[in-house]
Amino acid sequence: MKFLSRCYIGLIFLLLYVPILVLIVFSFNESGSLAEFSGFSFMWYEELFNDEEALSSLMNSLILAVSSSVIATVIGTFGALGLHRMRSKYVKGAVNTVTNIPMMNPDIVTGVSMMLLFVAVAAIVKSQSFFGFGTMLIAHVTFNLPYVLLSVMPRFKGLDKSLSEAAQDLGCTPARAFFMVELPEIVPGIISGLMLGFTMSLDDFVISHFVSSPDFQTLPLYVYNQTAHNVKFSMYALSALIVVVILVILLVVNFAGSVGSRKASKKRR
Amino acid sequence: MRKTSLFQKIAAAPHILWAILFIVAPMIFVLYFAFTDAEGKFALANIASLSQYGNVFVLSIAFALIATAICLVIGYPLAYFMSRQSPRAQKILMVLVMLPMWCNLLIRTYALMALLDNGGLLNALLEKLGLHKVSIVGTNFGVILGMVYDFLPYMVLPIFTAMTKLDKRYIEASHDLGCNGWQTMTRVIMPLTVSGVISGITMVFVPSISTFYISQKLGAGKIDLVGDTIERLFQNPSTYNVGAAISLVMMLLIIISVRIMNHFSDDERESGHGKSGKGGGIVP
Repeated sequence: MKFLSRCYIGLIFLLLYVPILVLIVFSFNESGSLAEFSGFSFMWYEELFNDEEALSSLMNSLILAVSSSVIATVIGTFGALGLHRMRSKYVKGAVNTVTNIPMMNPDIVTGVSMMLLFVAVAAIVKSQSFFGFGTMLIAHVTFNLPYVLLSVMPRFKGLDKSLSEAAQDLGCTPARAFFMVELPEIVPGIISGLMLGFTMSLDDFVISHFVSSPDFQTLPLYVYNQTAHNVKFSMYALSALIVVVILVILLVVNFAGSVGSRKASKKRR
Repeated sequence: MRKTSLFQKIAAAPHILWAILFIVAPMIFVLYFAFTDAEGKFALANIASLSQYGNVFVLSIAFALIATAICLVIGYPLAYFMSRQSPRAQKILMVLVMLPMWCNLLIRTYALMALLDNGGLLNALLEKLGLHKVSIVGTNFGVILGMVYDFLPYMVLPIFTAMTKLDKRYIEASHDLGCNGWQTMTRVIMPLTVSGVISGITMVFVPSISTFYISQKLGAGKIDLVGDTIERLFQNPSTYNVGAAISLVMMLLIIISVRIMNHFSDDERESGHGKSGKGGGIVP
C-alpha cells in the first residue's frame, strides 16, 4: 500500500512537471524546434537579454509590484486598525465584505469592472490617454487590499488590549501607543501582507489586461502579447528563468527558516 | 477606560474611501453598463441578447464542472497520500505543489500547449514509435486538460492542509472501534476534510469558468467560453454594454454557486476565500 501510494504521488507530480521540464530543456535547444533537441545553445537567452521590451516590462512589473504592495499595505494596515476599533458591527462587516469582493470575484470581472469605471471617468474628463501606470496602480492596490487585511486582521485580534491601555495610562497618546506598542506586535502580519501583495501583483495578468495601455507593459502582458500568435523561443528562456527564480525563492522561504531555527537550537545547547 | 481617539476613528477612512471608489463604484458601473445602451439610455436589450450566449454559458459551466470533478478525483487521493509521508517528505511535496501555483498561469499553459501541440514533443515521440499522432490542442479535451493541469494544485493544497490538521487519534479510534480502512476513509477522514474540499472546489471552479487564456491556447481559438466572449466584447467600445451584462450574469452565477457550496461546509469563513489559498505557503 505504501509503495502504491508513493507510485501515485510520483506519477501525478511527474505529469505536473513534465511540461515545465520540457520547456526548460528546450529553451536551450539551438534549432528552435519543439520536437527535436539538436544541440545545446544559449542563443534564446541572448535574444531575451537583448530584447529591450522584455527588460523594460520586467522593470515596469517590479515598479508596479513594489508601489502597489506598499500602498495597499499602508492603507490596509490602518484600515485593519480602524476596523478593529470600530464599535459598529454592521459597518465592520460591510467593509470586510466589500474589501473581499476582488478576492471572491473572478479576475476577469474585477478587470472589466475597473475598466468600465476608468472608461466612464475618461469620458467625463474627456481624456484620450487615460489608461497607463495610474490605472494599473489603482487596480493592483485594489486587488492587494483583501490580502493585506487577511494577513493583518488576525494579528489585531490576537493583541492584548491591556498593553495599549497600560501605555496610555503611562502617558502615551493613542497614536504613540499604537506605534510603540501595537505596531511591533503586528509586524509579521504586515510583512506577510506585503509579500503576498507583491507576488500577486507580479503574477497578475487578467486584471492588468483590461486596465493597461500599450505604453506601460508588465511582464505577464508582454508574455501574452508575444505568445498571441506564434511560438517564440525567447519566451521559453524567460519562462525557464522565472520558474527557476520562483523555485529558489520557495526553497529559501520554506527551508531557510527551519535551518535557522535548527542552528538556533544547537547554539542553545 | 479606553478612549477612541480621532486617530483611531480616521485610521480606516482611507481604506473605506478606497473600497467605495474602486470596489463599489466599478460594480455600480457594471450594473449601469449592463442596463444601458451605447448612448447611455436605459435599455434591456443587453439582457435580452443574453439568450444568444446560452450555449457559451452551458459549455463553460460544463467544462468547469468536469475540470473540477477531475481535479477532485485526482487531488483528494494525492493529498491523502501526501499527508501520510514523513514530515520532511511532506515539506518537500508541499513546495512541489506550490511551485506551479506561483508560476504564472500563462507560462504553465504555454508549456503544456508546446508539449501537446501537433508539432510538439509528444507527437514527435509518438511518430518515432510508429504510432498515430494525436491532436489534443484545439479540442474540448485539450481545454479541459489545460484547466486540470493549471488548477490541480489549487485543489490539492487546501485538502492537504485539512488532512494535516486532522487529529490522528480519530483515525486510531475508528480502527479500534472496528472500522476497516475504507470505512475509516468514508466515515471519518472524508467528513473531517470537507472544508478543504469545499475551498478546493471553489478555487478550481471559479478560475476555470472565467478563463480565456486556456481556451485561447489549448482550444486554438476554436472553443469559445464565457471568458473569451467577455474578453472579445471588451475589445470594442460598442459592445461594452453586452459585455457588462455577461459579466454580471457570470458574477451572480459564481456568487450563487459559492453560497450553495458553503452550505455543505461547517466553517463558512475558512472556505469562503476565493484565491486566498495561494498565500498558504509563503506566510511565515
